[in-house]
Amino acid sequence: MVQARTPAIAWRPEERVIGRGPRRRSPSLIAGSAILAILLAMAVFAPLLSRYGPIPQDTSHALLHPSRQHLLGTDQLGRDVWVRLLYGARIDLVIGFLAVLLPFVIGSTLGCLAGYFGGWTDTLTMRAVDVILAFPFFVLVIAIVFVLGPGTTSIFIALAVTDWVSYAWIVRAEILAAKRQEYVLAAQALGYSRKRIILRHLLPNVITQAIVYAMSDIVFAILAIVGLGYLGLGVPPPTPEWGSMIADGQQFITTNWQLATIPGIAVVVTGLALSLLGDGLADLLRPE
Amino acid sequence: MDETFLSVRDLHVEIPTRRGVVHPIDGVSFDLGEGETLGLVGESGCGKSMTLRAILGLLPRGARVTTGEILFRGRDLLSLSKSELRDVRGRSIGIIFQEPMTALNPVMPVGDQIAEGPVAHLGYPRQGGRERALDLMRQVGIPDPDRRFAAFPHELSGGMRQRVMIAIALSCEPDLILCDEPTTALDVTIQDQILKLLLQLQDSTGMGVIYVTHDLAVVAQMCRRVAVMYAAQIVETGPVESVFVEPTHPYTLGLLRAVPHFDKVKDVLDSIPGIPPELIDPPSGCRFRPRCRFAEEDCAAGAFPLIPLAGDHATACRHWTSCRDSVLADPVIAQNAIPSLDGLPSARRGE
Repeated sequence: MVQARTPAIAWRPEERVIGRGPRRRSPSLIAGSAILAILLAMAVFAPLLSRYGPIPQDTSHALLHPSRQHLLGTDQLGRDVWVRLLYGARIDLVIGFLAVLLPFVIGSTLGCLAGYFGGWTDTLTMRAVDVILAFPFFVLVIAIVFVLGPGTTSIFIALAVTDWVSYAWIVRAEILAAKRQEYVLAAQALGYSRKRIILRHLLPNVITQAIVYAMSDIVFAILAIVGLGYLGLGVPPPTPEWGSMIADGQQFITTNWQLATIPGIAVVVTGLALSLLGDGLADLLRPE
Repeated sequence: MDETFLSVRDLHVEIPTRRGVVHPIDGVSFDLGEGETLGLVGESGCGKSMTLRAILGLLPRGARVTTGEILFRGRDLLSLSKSELRDVRGRSIGIIFQEPMTALNPVMPVGDQIAEGPVAHLGYPRQGGRERALDLMRQVGIPDPDRRFAAFPHELSGGMRQRVMIAIALSCEPDLILCDEPTTALDVTIQDQILKLLLQLQDSTGMGVIYVTHDLAVVAQMCRRVAVMYAAQIVETGPVESVFVEPTHPYTLGLLRAVPHFDKVKDVLDSIPGIPPELIDPPSGCRFRPRCRFAEEDCAAGAFPLIPLAGDHATACRHWTSCRDSVLADPVIAQNAIPSLDGLPSARRGE
């Protein structure tokens, strides 16, 4: 075959950045990931950052105010609040991420199939979504955890059952819009299989929305875990967990305000970081 | 091989709508020889693109072929199973779309998109697919392919994107390329580059091309034969030189007269009066009758099949002589205005 003559083409300077090079990173992405990195580092290096264990009690030093020995004071059982905060981050962050993973996978898969194939697949999926959406989210989660009994596994199951609907909803809508795009017709015209079209062409185009949503959803998951912990349906004591710390601390709010307030601030900061990260990812993942 | 390369026979497509049944293709027939280029011209909505989609079995939802056959190397594409059809698509028949920005996957590097065909259809390994893609990128004149391989479509200019599209269409070495207005979205200098590239590639690969466009100048440059479509039917077909110089259908004449010329600047551009008919309830008899200045009483009823004329030329007009007389009195194109065939590759000359 002959080589086509290459015409002289003047490349516009802004087109020189090609491929997976550095792309615009928004301040929210940087701020969000920085805060989250600090939180994760605190969780990972908790043993190195603490002088005490999170669980052993020392009632002779109960309800101490912040001091050099106890940075954030101690709770009613004499446990160091700073140490429990660090170990609590381990539980809350890990459960938060894991609790979103399952709904993300289930919801995206079902949404993808419903959106692409339509017909009864779509009807069945979307009616199931309607049924679950008919209940208030948190009430349904509490009910499921209550039936299954408190604990981490129950929280995972409850969130998997209730939370996949958001992902199914988002991904289905995105697929419905994307499958009318010409590049899908082009992929069909090139004779690619349906599996290839869905996995290689449609999914990468629609999954960004679900990923961005997942970031804010981790906040919801953590809030759900904290809320369940506060209600006594979460991770059983004595495991340190922010929700139960808030619940335990609130009775001492007049004398030792930091007991309930500090874990509350931790929840807020985590939520903020994830929201910022979600915003930043939304900018980063959309190529146009 | 005596069978025709591609033969579309009496193709009818219908789309049921709430207001009635639309026939976007109503009895279209044409042949394409091995390595030949056919131009398919007509106004928007006359069924050009629909014909291409019918060939690939990719009609829009709801549309279906009612009768007719599409014989590709003797095999009726309409009778193939889904998996057989998938094998023909991309592998034997490639397609180039009008707007490469929307026809390319926005989140996949262009190199991967070019390599995908060979990997999916021809069983290339990953690395082999990459080599093949780089090769194709060189072939379609993309400078610095190693760097462009990882580029996303939005990082390339329109002309480069269309080159990528062409590389994708060529990736499995198809025998037939369908071009759906591939240069309409490009500016004229890039259009010229792309057309030259297509001619060159056709010359080197010997593939057949169906070129859908509404740009008569492009047809004159690209094709040896042309078929003019109006309201879901082919109204005139023949060699480009003959059809453009001596049109025998009033619609073709109207199209040619509507082309603006540099050398004959007029105050008012010629146009065809009226609008194309609705395809739910087309006019009886000749569909062009309401807009035709040569129309006579017998045009209002009956069928209007193509009448073969001398020199492989055919027209659907019963009164084609009046059309020809009008052309003789006032030529549309000076005899020498059709580009001289000397400067073009042999595929264009076709002999």
